[in-house]
Amino acid sequence: MGRRIRKLVSGLVFLGLVGGGAFWWLTKPAPWPAAHWEGLGEPDLANGEQVFWAGGCVSCHAKPGGEGDARLVLSGGAPLKSPFGTFHAPNISPDETAGIGAWTLAEFGNAMTRGVGRNGEHLYPSFPYASYVRMTPKDINDLWGYMKTLPKASDVAPGHELPFPYNLRLALGGWKLLFLTDTPRAAVDTADAKLARGQYLVEGPGHCGECHTPRNALGGFEASQWLAGAPNPEGEGRIPNITPGSKSIGGWSASDIASYLESGFTPEFDSVGGSMVEVQKNMAKLSAADREAISAYLKAVPAL
Amino acid sequence: MKIRALMLAAALAGLGVTAVTAADEPQAVRQQLMKKVGAATGALAGIAKGEKPYDAEIVKASLTTISETMKTFPDHFPAGSETGMETEASPKIWENMDDFKAKAAKLGSDTAAVLAQLPADQAGVGAALGGIGKDCGSCHETYRLKKN
Ligand code: HEC
Ligand code: HEC
Ligand code: HEC
Repeated sequence: MGRRIRKLVSGLVFLGLVGGGAFWWLTKPAPWPAAHWEGLGEPDLANGEQVFWAGGCVSCHAKPGGEGDARLVLSGGAPLKSPFGTFHAPNISPDETAGIGAWTLAEFGNAMTRGVGRNGEHLYPSFPYASYVRMTPKDINDLWGYMKTLPKASDVAPGHELPFPYNLRLALGGWKLLFLTDTPRAAVDTADAKLARGQYLVEGPGHCGECHTPRNALGGFEASQWLAGAPNPEGEGRIPNITPGSKSIGGWSASDIASYLESGFTPEFDSVGGSMVEVQKNMAKLSAADREAISAYLKAVPAL
Repeated sequence: MKIRALMLAAALAGLGVTAVTAADEPQAVRQQLMKKVGAATGALAGIAKGEKPYDAEIVKASLTTISETMKTFPDHFPAGSETGMETEASPKIWENMDDFKAKAAKLGSDTAAVLAQLPADQAGVGAALGGIGKDCGSCHETYRLKKN
């Protein structure tokens, strides 16, 4: 698996270098036109906070080892293991030099939904912008407003530890061309407002598929295996199937799922574990209606 | 009602027939212990959610079960029991046995502290359960791995 990925990515890099112009044009960083981020008005900070928890930013960007309110210090630095090497989430606190305090809404929004950094560079999809791409400009504006209220931190996170060729951001253009899309992941009845909301939360800010969907050799989702479970990127064990076909949660009612997201207890009174612990703590901060919407969506996706 | 409460308390305390299992492999023993902790937690959650009426005896018995079980739980991870019998124990337990034991002890002492000041109503049980749930999650986060 690892070798195959490496070969394919080297291929993409090669294409990038040799194909030169055409490849560059096809895969150059593509921020939104400026108008996309204009006229959004004053942010709604209460909604921004909800978006913040739905998006789970603390899981990756919080200062390592903090508890409670210390989790709101987004100084970054925690190592994130992947088959491509170890990433260190950057400082995204409102500090003007170490963090992103000096960014504009457009710069922030383009990072979140286009994977384009402040200097126009491609960002790595270990930052789950391939899910966040579905977020509305309003939610991004509210989130940005809320994040500016968080404590500043002056820590500078270590650089990523990535072997060649993954250390080349250029190759990410090819990845985006193949995999960065905002089309729905699963067909559900969006006339039903609850399901539409659940779809938005799960496929967008909640980025549930980033862990629960298996990936192909290039690190893109297996489209036909949406939420069907995947190997654990940290090594042993598996991330469970959360479609109605799951041996485990297939038997749970929608309210069982909602109460798991709220309390961390399964209907058998097993308790949440692994990387889901962080996700569950974030989900516990959402409104009951949003947890119910997520549960309704998980009951409605194709059973795998 | 009274009788059912007593029976439940007895079962939770490990006096029930089901507690005598044929399998005495450490993997099976510890899974059984965790199931017992799960059942006790479930009894507390039933009260916290208002699905069952508040009953001081059940609350006491459930907390006692959790607290007592956690005293011996970490003894069932001898070398050689890292795999087999569908264990969901993470290899990290054997790398950080002291921390693993500390997490078990924390749940044990936190429940003992709740016992010493028994919650007097549904809301009190809910608050206690919140703290207990965090202890379950903080151990499962690092030391329990779902494998399917
Ligand atoms: C799964 C882990 C993960 C989550 C969850 C996550 N991020 Fe990140 N984020 C990263 C990584 C890794 C990078 C660095 C990407 C790179 O270097 O190309 C990053 C980069 C960023 C950047 C660009 C910073 C810079 O200096 O270029 C911003 C802005 C950002 N994240 C905001 C957020 C917000 C807001 C959220 C929550 C809605 C969030 N992230 C959630 C992992 C994560
Ligand atoms: C960082 C990776 C990650 C993300 C993101 C994630 N999950 Fe999970 N999820 C897991 C892991 C790991 C487990 C297994 C938990 C355990 O070991 O107890 C899990 C378990 C679950 C379960 C219980 C399944 C079972 O069989 O016990 C549900 C339901 C669930 N996740 C829903 C979600 C939803 C909804 C989201 C998005 C809001 C989400 N997950 C996002 C990693 C993740
Ligand atoms: C000190 C660590 C630790 C603590 C604290 C802990 N657990 Fe566990 N739990 C484990 C381990 C390890 C396993 C996997 C055991 C195995 O499969 O060998 C497990 C498994 C389980 C299981 C599955 C048992 C089975 O095989 O069916 C349940 C249910 C469970 N735990 C519930 C809980 C609840 C509820 C709490 C809190 C009241 C809790 N646990 C606290 C470590 C812990």
